[in-house]
Amino acid sequence: MAATAETREQVDEATGDYKYGFVTEIESDFAPKGLNEDIVRFISEKKGEPQWMLDWRLKAYRAWLKMTEPQWAMLDIPPIDYQDAYYYAAPKQQGDGPKSLDEVDPELLRTYEKLGIPLEEQKVLAGVEGAPKVAVDAVFDSVSVATTFRAELEKAGVIFMSISEAIREYPDLVRKYLGSVVPIRDNFFACLNSAVFSDGTFVYIPEGVRCPMELSTYFRINAENTGQFERTLIVADAGSYVSYLEGCTAPQRDENQLHAAVVELVALDDAEIKYSTVQNWYPGDKDGKGGIYNFVTKRGLCKGKRSKISWTQVETGSAITWKYPSCVLQGDESVGEFYSVAVTNNRQQADTGTKMIHQGRNTRSRIISKGISAGRSNNTYRGLVRVQAGASGVRNFTQCDSLLMGDQCGAHTVPYIESRNPGAQIEHEATTSKISEDQMFYCLQRGLDEEAAVEMVVNGFAKEVMQQLPMEFAVEAQKLLGISLEGSVG
Amino acid sequence: MLKIDDLHVSVDGTEIIKGLSLEVKPGEVHAIMGPNGAGKSTLASTLAGRDAYEVTAGSVHYAGKDLLALAPHERAGEGIFLGFQYPVEIPGVSNLNFLRTALNAQRRYRGEPELNGADFMKLAKDKAKDLEMSLDMLKRFVNVGFSGGEKKRNEMVQMAVLDPKLAILDETDSGLDIDALKTVSQGINALRGSDRAILLITHYQRLLDYVVPDHVHVLADGRIVRSGGKDLAHELEAQGYAAAVA
Ligand SMILES: Nc1ncnc2c1ncn2[C@@H]1O[C@H](COP(=O)(O)OP(=O)(O)O)[C@@H](O)[C@H]1O
Ligand SMILES: [Mg+2]
Repeated sequence: MAATAETREQVDEATGDYKYGFVTEIESDFAPKGLNEDIVRFISEKKGEPQWMLDWRLKAYRAWLKMTEPQWAMLDIPPIDYQDAYYYAAPKQQGDGPKSLDEVDPELLRTYEKLGIPLEEQKVLAGVEGAPKVAVDAVFDSVSVATTFRAELEKAGVIFMSISEAIREYPDLVRKYLGSVVPIRDNFFACLNSAVFSDGTFVYIPEGVRCPMELSTYFRINAENTGQFERTLIVADAGSYVSYLEGCTAPQRDENQLHAAVVELVALDDAEIKYSTVQNWYPGDKDGKGGIYNFVTKRGLCKGKRSKISWTQVETGSAITWKYPSCVLQGDESVGEFYSVAVTNNRQQADTGTKMIHQGRNTRSRIISKGISAGRSNNTYRGLVRVQAGASGVRNFTQCDSLLMGDQCGAHTVPYIESRNPGAQIEHEATTSKISEDQMFYCLQRGLDEEAAVEMVVNGFAKEVMQQLPMEFAVEAQKLLGISLEGSVG
Repeated sequence: MLKIDDLHVSVDGTEIIKGLSLEVKPGEVHAIMGPNGAGKSTLASTLAGRDAYEVTAGSVHYAGKDLLALAPHERAGEGIFLGFQYPVEIPGVSNLNFLRTALNAQRRYRGEPELNGADFMKLAKDKAKDLEMSLDMLKRFVNVGFSGGEKKRNEMVQMAVLDPKLAILDETDSGLDIDALKTVSQGINALRGSDRAILLITHYQRLLDYVVPDHVHVLADGRIVRSGGKDLAHELEAQGYAAAVA
């Protein structure tokens, strides 16, 4: 792939030159490299934040200084120099990106094409200079879509805006819930995020409201290009319902190394939050060069009685994934679900899973994890089911299936079960299998090429999870599974 | 249509097909019979291009093309269909999805327009009805939980929808009761036509009462040891392979 390497070099060169220049040229809009209290103050000031927010960030920063990176995951993480990064610089702005699609990694473009993404939108995704900043019109051929949905949401009383805006416009709401699910000191990466988060999304669904549409960062972010430390907070008030789609399914080129997001969900009495992710950040090249380190903390609090939080994730990207979308089942009879497909290929590493913390009575959780490993990758499911002493009538069901493609990859299942209540019913099933040569040949014989055959068999394997995805995501996510595993057989 | 010349095939370094020649013309039905382990399935897999089947000598031409140079899915696109002796289960994939993906992949290969959902459904339903397969069965996962007979009928539904030029049917009759055998035979006969050919691999002559072949070959120890007309099947049935071959 000499051509690819060359192109990447060109892009790197352009980007490198730019980085060198931007501190001096547009100083006021970008913080210099490195991390210290002044940078934290700078970020807060740039966003026009109130004092309490700055104090919160500083508290986090000071706590972070005393913390160390977690070491328990089955990951080989190269040392990260936190001083050698920008903490306030919107990537992919004018002047940062490639000049035209010709400069973009052809492999990436091929992927876009396969996903059926129109040319104009490809430009947006690849961060090409001069491309429209609003993807909505490229995708839907009409800016009015964005306007309509905004009006409709307002009518329903739904708040859906960037977290920076929300901090200014709804400080009481944000202040009440921010950090209430993932505390500042929760872990190294979440703590770092708390200090420097650049932007993110805030959602509030008022009491009794069924959000009239699927909410998606795709709609909101298109104009903004959120940085590598996103912060998402979703609050579903009593009896409300919301389905939220994170990110866009298209692969995003991203030169940033570390992506440390925090997502907090709060569901009050009888509320339900469905959170779906299709994660397809740049995974690095075939030899493991480059790629995103995706160290994300996602946690939902089923605070109210009979509340429900359901995580669905399809993870195909990133060089390293460290991610455990979890549920704290505090309200009696609350329900937590985790549906996951994690694909690793080439040199990718994923350590992902969930935590179900049963605190309330008659709480239930369901975990369905499908790991697919190919190339020389490593794929670990790590899951915790904890039942507290007072939580009677708890039920959990866990199913972990691993599919291996080739014999140089690894699949691991690490379930932790901590039950302080002898009445809890906890079931765990796990299987590991190789992709079946019989199945592959059957598909090939019927006319599917190798890639389509893999896509078919793998989507069958992951069916239980894929069918949890909202329609808007399902088709592209299915294609993604095939694309991610390209070249992994034969 | 199909011309096999002095074909040698090895699996895991062991020679299984040891110099096999066969010519099939358009419109013909050839039956290949022979004892267990003779290499019948090996021949079928080789023609379909399965990975582990290594052609060490000889040639195969199909519709004027060097068949051995084509990838398995290209062979399918060229109109070769293999009815599996042991149809494969694919959990999580519905028969309909599988079949539609396959049909459209083949049509794309041939430069034909893809079939839309409605047209495909009509086609699949019609063909399934002919073969007494319910819509419910079509909606289920590929062969998962199907009985032996149902799997074979499903192969025939696939064949009918894909409409191949050359069908290689590997013991499609085994494990079928008499009613199912008749249904499946109808499916095979429906495919007969002047521009098509069928290679019928079977162990018993019973199927040949319903699908009457133009030629019958006896395959033993990797070679065709006898060829004849449809009467040869009866002879084999009466005398057994050993006597017929000796
Ligand atoms: N995948 C394989 N690996 C090793 N030996 C095989 C394989 N497939 C078939 N054979 C051997 O090849 C010979 C022919 O098998 P097969 O073609 O299945 O015969 P038939 O279909 O005529 O019963 C048998 O001795 C069988 O054991
Ligand atoms: Mg056989």
